[in-house]
Amino acid sequence: MTEVNLWAFEEEPSTEHRVVITVVGKDRIGIIAAITSCLAEHSVNIEDITQKILGEYFTMILVGDISRCPVSLSELRERLVRRGEEVGVKVYLQHASIFRAMHRI
Amino acid sequence: MIFDRAEILETLRMLEIENLDVRTVTLGISILDCRGKDFEETVQRVVAKIRRYAASLNAVADEVSAKYGIPIVNRRVAISPVALLLTGEEGEGVLDFAKALDDLARELAIDFIGGFSALVHKGATKGDILLMESLPSVLSGTERICASVNVASSRTGINVDAILTMAQVVKETAERTKDRDGIGCAKLVVFANAPEDNPFMAGAFHGVGEGEAVVNVGVSGPGVVKEVVRRHPGSDLGTLAEFIKRTAFKITRVGELIGREVAGKLGVTFGIVDLSLAPTPRVGDSVAEILEEMGLERCGAWGSTLALALLTDACKKGGAMASSSVGGLSGAFIPVSEDARMSEAVAVGALSLEKLEAMTSVSSVGLDMIAIPGDTPWETIACIMADEIAIGVINHKTVGVRLIPVPGKSAGERACFGGLLGEATIIPVNPYQGARLILRGGRVPAPLTSLRN
Repeated sequence: MTEVNLWAFEEEPSTEHRVVITVVGKDRIGIIAAITSCLAEHSVNIEDITQKILGEYFTMILVGDISRCPVSLSELRERLVRRGEEVGVKVYLQHASIFRAMHRI
Repeated sequence: MIFDRAEILETLRMLEIENLDVRTVTLGISILDCRGKDFEETVQRVVAKIRRYAASLNAVADEVSAKYGIPIVNRRVAISPVALLLTGEEGEGVLDFAKALDDLARELAIDFIGGFSALVHKGATKGDILLMESLPSVLSGTERICASVNVASSRTGINVDAILTMAQVVKETAERTKDRDGIGCAKLVVFANAPEDNPFMAGAFHGVGEGEAVVNVGVSGPGVVKEVVRRHPGSDLGTLAEFIKRTAFKITRVGELIGREVAGKLGVTFGIVDLSLAPTPRVGDSVAEILEEMGLERCGAWGSTLALALLTDACKKGGAMASSSVGGLSGAFIPVSEDARMSEAVAVGALSLEKLEAMTSVSSVGLDMIAIPGDTPWETIACIMADEIAIGVINHKTVGVRLIPVPGKSAGERACFGGLLGEATIIPVNPYQGARLILRGGRVPAPLTSLRN
């Protein structure tokens, strides 16, 4: 039988270059396209994405890698918020470490 | 996904709806090496040192705040107790010193500089006495300077002579700022067992046991805790304590994250995170609302002390589990004028000064931001202080007293301090005198630590 390295599963991915982007608003066509194209324009690689529609409300959470993003975090946030406004949704961007601090021991 | 969607939305809700914020990042700086060949040189060296350490405080706080999407409301500096640099010969120089620091705070856009302080729990030096006597002119002549005086400790007992001095200082400070309802007193705390690493004003100073420079962080979140209580209307008290504890844990972790990052960027040590539910006059940012959500008709009703005891203890436990660097005051604040709902409880007669005193025996501070009638005799103010200090000394806890005798106004009238300091209905004070007791002066011996019943 091959040995299984149980410790390997303990390692959580680093949050150093990761951001969490949350998008909420009324559902309509083109929200994902608007947000993800904005991320692509700023070289943010999307590592994970989940979305849900509850009634007429849309929520999407993305995890992105910002190590190649050429602009500052505040600038990226500003542009995402503006893009979100164009399609009628609210966009929040936060560094992933805050979620790790709050929810992981 | 590395985080649950529920976890992400919970964090977002705390920040966006429930007013979770980092209330203050306080940079503590030792000024004990600043003594020059004369006082003028000392002042210059203090100003230069603060400027050197604190110049980038605001920029760094903004940067970290933007990174995590969490507001950092106040940026402050705490210095070593100024009395330690005084010989007692400086006279008016103390006021010039305060004004120089006030200008510096304005220049660096720092909300407050704390540390116009003296530690006189056993006795006062000439420098301590000069500092205390200068406070009315300092607090009325500056805007951003905060003062505190530690008049007692559980190890040394109570310096009643210092309390007598401070009661007169409070009265005089109120008089000198009577055009603004005695607001000078809002910048002054009289302590027992003052913590050396408290990041909250007006009581912050950089303790003598602290290092060269250190970042202490105060996090707050009455709104977050209230929401947790609201969502569990049927829980028994043990379960409720558990929910509050978990929330306190999460809030404290955020504070530590922010504190370490700010300290790292400033190149100084990270000190402590102080989780204190610190209310502001904003609706939803109130400790009284939490107590009422727990089941009181009004804050101040019988049951208030129990509710506050549970709340404070759960906060401390959650904080202590979350970080090995918990310090400061940590718990729940009950500053009357700063908490709109608490202020209302006073206005309708639900909350009396006596009940507040009882509540302070289980909260993390003391009689805080309470407006009392302007004609309250200074001896009575000394007695109120002494009663509160006694609670702290005997129970081995920190207590602070921040009373505002509002000049020209009496019980039932409104006092308005503006901004975060809020407004309050003036609370009635028992008219019977304790003057003959307090004027005996002297020192009350330290309490026994065994036979504790």
